[in-house]
Amino acid sequence: MIPASFEYYRPKDIAGVLALLRDHGDDARVMAGGHSLIPMMKLRMAEVPHLIDLQDVAGLGGIEVGESSIRLGAMVTQTEIIGHDGLAQAAPILREAALQIADPQVRNMGTVGGNVANGDPGNDMPGLMQCLDAVFTLVGQDGERQVAAREFYDAAYMTAREDDEVLTAVTIPLPKGGHAYEKQKRKIGDYATAAAAVQITREGGSCTAASIAMTNLSDTPVFCEEAGAALVGTSVDTAALDAAVAAMQAAIDPSEDNRGPVEFKRHVAGVILRRAIERAWSRA
Amino acid sequence: MGKKMHIQMQVNGKAEEFLAEPRELLIYTLRERLNITGPHIGCETSHCGACTVTLNGKSVKACTVFVAQADGAEITTIEGLGTPDALHPLQTAFKEHHGLQCGYCTPGMITRATKLLEENPNPTEEEIRFGMAGNICRCTGYQNIVKSIKAAAAEMNAAKEAAE
Repeated sequence: MIPASFEYYRPKDIAGVLALLRDHGDDARVMAGGHSLIPMMKLRMAEVPHLIDLQDVAGLGGIEVGESSIRLGAMVTQTEIIGHDGLAQAAPILREAALQIADPQVRNMGTVGGNVANGDPGNDMPGLMQCLDAVFTLVGQDGERQVAAREFYDAAYMTAREDDEVLTAVTIPLPKGGHAYEKQKRKIGDYATAAAAVQITREGGSCTAASIAMTNLSDTPVFCEEAGAALVGTSVDTAALDAAVAAMQAAIDPSEDNRGPVEFKRHVAGVILRRAIERAWSRA
Repeated sequence: MGKKMHIQMQVNGKAEEFLAEPRELLIYTLRERLNITGPHIGCETSHCGACTVTLNGKSVKACTVFVAQADGAEITTIEGLGTPDALHPLQTAFKEHHGLQCGYCTPGMITRATKLLEENPNPTEEEIRFGMAGNICRCTGYQNIVKSIKAAAAEMNAAKEAAE
């Protein structure tokens, strides 16, 4: 499996990246860890005449846990997310999700920026970031702009990022309450058959807020406001769980593939969401 | 043919310099250019882990790294871990505990396990299985691989204590 030839660049700063993107237009692609892009290039499903490696670009790393939000540089790896204790305290759902992505070697290379920017419906971080209401920072020729994760995904591999923009950081408001990232996969290294990200707050016996997003059940991640709303004001009893699952079922649009037919995926999505809500509620 | 670039890397402590197309995958660089044939090509799709090497201190799958990305890097392969006369404790343990049958996955297994034991010198069975999840073996059923890694950890910890 030999990819097509390409010119390789390793700029030291964002200005260098933007200059290359300006010069080469959609013939250029940026690469973080490369564990989505390189397999596609090996299969010649992606052709990238000008490959811009971000590994030396200053300012793209780092995990900052602030008083009201968390900033993850785009080049932060899944391994770094798992290993960061401050982050695990402030937003434990990130570690829980990252531990369910691929395997140790892949997590050493795979980055949060690549995972969210690629637009692959199988990736776990997009749905997670929608659940957490994260914001992506995009830097382009005309400066910087912020796009909410919930507004970022148009279709498979189609996002709000323009070809000449780079996703540089992910900012997450500090999550509150209980969390769960529940993922059903056939084996280590596989994408989810279905996965659910849930964050819930409670006061006494009653749910005060709930955020729910699903992965790999449509050509984009599915943030399901109605499913969260179905839990608010309830004691998260069976009726509330049924209502949340029904709302989620109405929002997803899975397609048949080697992980199973549509009916099976819908069934698994219900099981996974139920488990995720129950675990998040028990931690709230 | 694409344009070649000048590449430098340290492989098992030895400086290497050559011209290569950036698209060359690191596993081919090691095996065919540098004749370091310990890391194997199993699936070539970043699933099986037979090509695992240590790149700048981290376990990676060399089938999913372009040589251009590894320009300037330090790389360790199974060849850098022990010699036939002085095996690495993991190599000894795999031998003693029957941690291999056909042996195809073994260089990747052991190279990965060295990093696992650096990160967690005294892992539980569950932690070993989780930490080795990126390496597939189709012979052993993993039982003896886990035993081997546990035995190597005990051996390495005892040696460290004795040295202190």
